Amino acid sequence: MGAQKKPAVARVRDDSEDLTRQRLQAIVLADSFTTQFRPITLERPKVLLPLVNIPMIDYTLAWLESAGIEDIFVFCCVHSSQVIDYLEKSEWYSRSNPNLLVRTIVSPKSTSVGDALRYIYEQQTETSQIQGDFVLVSGDTVSNMPLADLIQEHRDRKKKDEKAIMTMVIKKQSRLGLGSDQLFIAVDPLTKQLVRYEEGNARIGDVCLDKSLLDSTVLLCNDMQDCYIDICSPEVLSLFEDNFDYQHLRRHFVNGLLVDDIMGYKIFTHEIQSSFYATRIENLRSYDMVSKNIIQRWTYPFVPDINFSGKCSLMLGRQGIYRASDAVQSRSADIGASTVIGYGTRIGNGGKIFNSVIGNGCSIGSNVVIQGSYIWNNVTIEDGCEIRNAIVCDGVKIRAGAVLQPGVVLSFNVVVGRDFVVPTYSKVSLLQQPTTEDSDEEMEYAGSSSGTADLLSGVHNLQIESKASELGPDGTGYIWEVCDSAHDEEWKHSVVPIPMDKLADITRAMDDDDIEDESVVPPAGELKSDTDSINTDANDDYGYFEREVEETFLMAIIKDDVDHVIRLINSRRFAYNMASADCAGAVFYSMMRLAVNTPHNSASELYRNATTIITKWKGLLGFYLKQIDEQIEVIMKFEEMCEESEELGPLFAQIVHFLYDKDVVQEGAILRWGEEKAGADECDKVYLNQCEAFIQWLKEASEEEEEEEDS
Amino acid sequence: MPDVQSTVVEFVNKLRKRKIEGSQATAKCTVELLRSVISHQRVPHANQAAALIDAVKAVGEQLVAANPVELAVGNVVRRVLHIIREEDLSLTTAAMGGLDLLDASDDDDVDNCKGIGYPAMSAAVVAAAARSTLRPPSLQTLLEGTPESATVPYTSSSGADSESKTADKSSLTRKLKHDVIEGVNQLIHEIAGCHEQIAEQAIEHIHQNEVILTLGSSRTVLEFMCAAKEKKRSFRVFVAEGAPRYQGHLLAKELVARGLQTTVITDSAVFAMISRVNMVIIGAHAVMANGGVIGPVGVNMAALAAQKHAVPFVVLAGSHKLCPLYPHNPEVLLNELRSPSELLDFGEFSDCLDFGAGSGSIQVVNPTFDYVPPNLVSLFITDTGGHNPSYMYRLIADYYSADDLVM
Repeated sequence: MGAQKKPAVARVRDDSEDLTRQRLQAIVLADSFTTQFRPITLERPKVLLPLVNIPMIDYTLAWLESAGIEDIFVFCCVHSSQVIDYLEKSEWYSRSNPNLLVRTIVSPKSTSVGDALRYIYEQQTETSQIQGDFVLVSGDTVSNMPLADLIQEHRDRKKKDEKAIMTMVIKKQSRLGLGSDQLFIAVDPLTKQLVRYEEGNARIGDVCLDKSLLDSTVLLCNDMQDCYIDICSPEVLSLFEDNFDYQHLRRHFVNGLLVDDIMGYKIFTHEIQSSFYATRIENLRSYDMVSKNIIQRWTYPFVPDINFSGKCSLMLGRQGIYRASDAVQSRSADIGASTVIGYGTRIGNGGKIFNSVIGNGCSIGSNVVIQGSYIWNNVTIEDGCEIRNAIVCDGVKIRAGAVLQPGVVLSFNVVVGRDFVVPTYSKVSLLQQPTTEDSDEEMEYAGSSSGTADLLSGVHNLQIESKASELGPDGTGYIWEVCDSAHDEEWKHSVVPIPMDKLADITRAMDDDDIEDESVVPPAGELKSDTDSINTDANDDYGYFEREVEETFLMAIIKDDVDHVIRLINSRRFAYNMASADCAGAVFYSMMRLAVNTPHNSASELYRNATTIITKWKGLLGFYLKQIDEQIEVIMKFEEMCEESEELGPLFAQIVHFLYDKDVVQEGAILRWGEEKAGADECDKVYLNQCEAFIQWLKEASEEEEEEEDS
Repeated sequence: MPDVQSTVVEFVNKLRKRKIEGSQATAKCTVELLRSVISHQRVPHANQAAALIDAVKAVGEQLVAANPVELAVGNVVRRVLHIIREEDLSLTTAAMGGLDLLDASDDDDVDNCKGIGYPAMSAAVVAAAARSTLRPPSLQTLLEGTPESATVPYTSSSGADSESKTADKSSLTRKLKHDVIEGVNQLIHEIAGCHEQIAEQAIEHIHQNEVILTLGSSRTVLEFMCAAKEKKRSFRVFVAEGAPRYQGHLLAKELVARGLQTTVITDSAVFAMISRVNMVIIGAHAVMANGGVIGPVGVNMAALAAQKHAVPFVVLAGSHKLCPLYPHNPEVLLNELRSPSELLDFGEFSDCLDFGAGSGSIQVVNPTFDYVPPNLVSLFITDTGGHNPSYMYRLIADYYSADDLVM
């Protein structure tokens, strides 16, 4: 859009200024590249979702403006037209502040932060928009911290040390309430250099640290919150370009940089004073938390009664009730503390509304109970409804007597039927749940914009065809299924405050950990969080690594390019800090999995599958199986697999033989394995016995060879 | 005009985002902005005053809406409107030939004019000058105010304009605008000089070996005390720190730097210390029409303590802080609730900020201002002298036109 035309004009002006000083620039990613807000984000980009009646991106832009940023690049991909439309109408484009220039960059194809930054880098060569250090934030950041000093600090450090390319903002805060994953970081206490960054889910209670780190003083923290506010030097963009497989800013880029000691780039941290607020809205849980914090004015001056974004502001009354001047409310309605009521909203008799946000133009009937919920704009709620801890999007109709149980999310224009009870944690949308789960989780919405249109046009058919919908006889909308794995975690991310019992569980787990000695492994349980202990056991990590390698491998099969796969796997290997042997094991594991998963009727057919795959990817295996140790590792891995899979068991000897034939595994390795296993228990020897004949043959062959050599 | 529009928008933005703090700074910016609005406003031949009033009102409404809590903005806008009305009135009377211009220039009074040219018959200027010459006010001088204005001088700089007192419309147009701008310039000077004007009176109020209590930080209070110190008065100052922003600490630092005997106390110790205090002096954020005061949070408590011990409670306020509105629900409507992070550490308390269902959560209220009802105030010291709270309505009638009270 404007991005192509404007820079030329802007540059003329900038160049003259450039001589004296750099303009402060920021890149705002108007896409979270996650699926946390589905199904809402299928129809509207996350950054435009109202947060206490003001779109999230306004908070980010207002903060950047007040922090003295002069150039803001808004990067849009999915739903880019909606974002651009909004910005063009908003006051950010009307240049009310002559020192602020907001521009958009559009790249509909980007599906991750990595893609986005690579696209910006490509653009850079033509337009050179980014002139120096820039602030990288996502469009869902709510903050009131000052940035100027921080940028200066980053620049000074950069001047002294060329390799200090990024400064990451961290903050002391309980992460529990935000529903985000456990974060563990290790920082050099003097220089504030980041040496380890580990973001795990609750299951990873243990963290493994490189021994070399312990030579110097290291500060280990697990009570920090990553604000996802980064000051980056231009090198960051080129690094993304060089490493085309970097997708995720933290998981790939930061960890990649920390592991890679050849280039020696450094990342520093900056802990902000706790008097400032900085949080990113990652999921519905943090949406709820941040909304409450805004109502309680922690984000001052970005609060509803201050008009910071050009919208009409609300009036603040006693008990933290914000009310629009033209809201109509029945005398018998009971409006409780910490409630926001938007413009043109009407509230009927006898309602009870507390701890909730009601948007503009809503009409609420009599005797409605709304508690801890977020009702967006133009929602109609008929008499006698009960809504607890739910999110209700624009244009929804809730017919009389319906009940929304805690954790419900109603997407745009859904109609809930009369007296229907929407079960807890369910997500309802007019769009059907995509049946094929995208392998790439990073996408907010994978399809093109025309795809959305198709889906939407399908909605009309739906209304005609099936009157009896999933939401009662006179309702419309599909209830989305929650995938099994996520179900346990649902309470953690949903808009409902964390239930007391779960909370007690977590705090208990934390307390236990505090008391425990470092050497004691925390009790098995869902949540082994918050241990500072240094544990060299990396089994869990390996599990993840293995899974990722398998994914990569499966993806690569389609492409059929050995070099490409090797590059991808290597990147994973660095990210997880794995040895070559681990890679070999993981690669072989994925091949066998593929073989087992390929449809087959008999053992011989399975064998044939395996052999074809091995023959085809011999080069790949060969790359990792250069050392005898690595080959042994593969055989052991295979043994493990056979124990798990009944089908493979009988084929063990055959496949090992095949590997030997194809020169993937050398005889030395097999013999060494045999020797190692010879001392094991009888039950462990099943596969050794299977190979007895083969090993015997190998031994003889080698003896013969030796004899020949001797003679 | 477009550049005026953009400066208006810029200022509105700053006000909205609370980037300007302090009523003096705000008042100064506002009046300067209004001056440029007036000077860029194209005036039609007929009904010029109305055109100017509309222009100022339009801008004024935007400014007031941007930050309704900062009352100084509204006050200054009303003052400017008042100036326009007065000038218009005096010009019409002049045009009717009722009064002749005075050519005599009286250089003895130039110190009152601060070097600005006074076009003769500029009524608001005359009134302002009358106020400054007639301090402290008495009933008699107020009654005689009009005749004395005839002696108010003008300098030769504006002489050319005033002498060409033709009925020619174009020059009349220019004249109204010119007079208004002169009047506004006078207002700018008045705002800029209010500290000195108030400080001049310090010697009459602070006596040898007295103990003065103040709360929070106010530049007016600082200048007031320093003025007394310069006149060789020796006295002691107790500074209540003014939690949670602790601006009292800054004031204490400044006072010590100027060589005053200073003691910092906590806000909660005010009652304990009040028996040793001879006078409480505070700076106001705004003075309402009923004589009530909006001041930094904690002031009401200090006022109550002062009343209990019959200690005079003195409020210093520049005339731009005089607000023609009556306080209605002042604790809420005329207050600004700031971030709770000034009280609590978000990092430490984020645990108790209601994420557990059912468990109670901390609510934090951090108001910026306090309202002191008029019966607790002993004396107002403005740049026109000392006044009783019950006299405020009269001052306000001097400064503002009744037409502008509701904007």
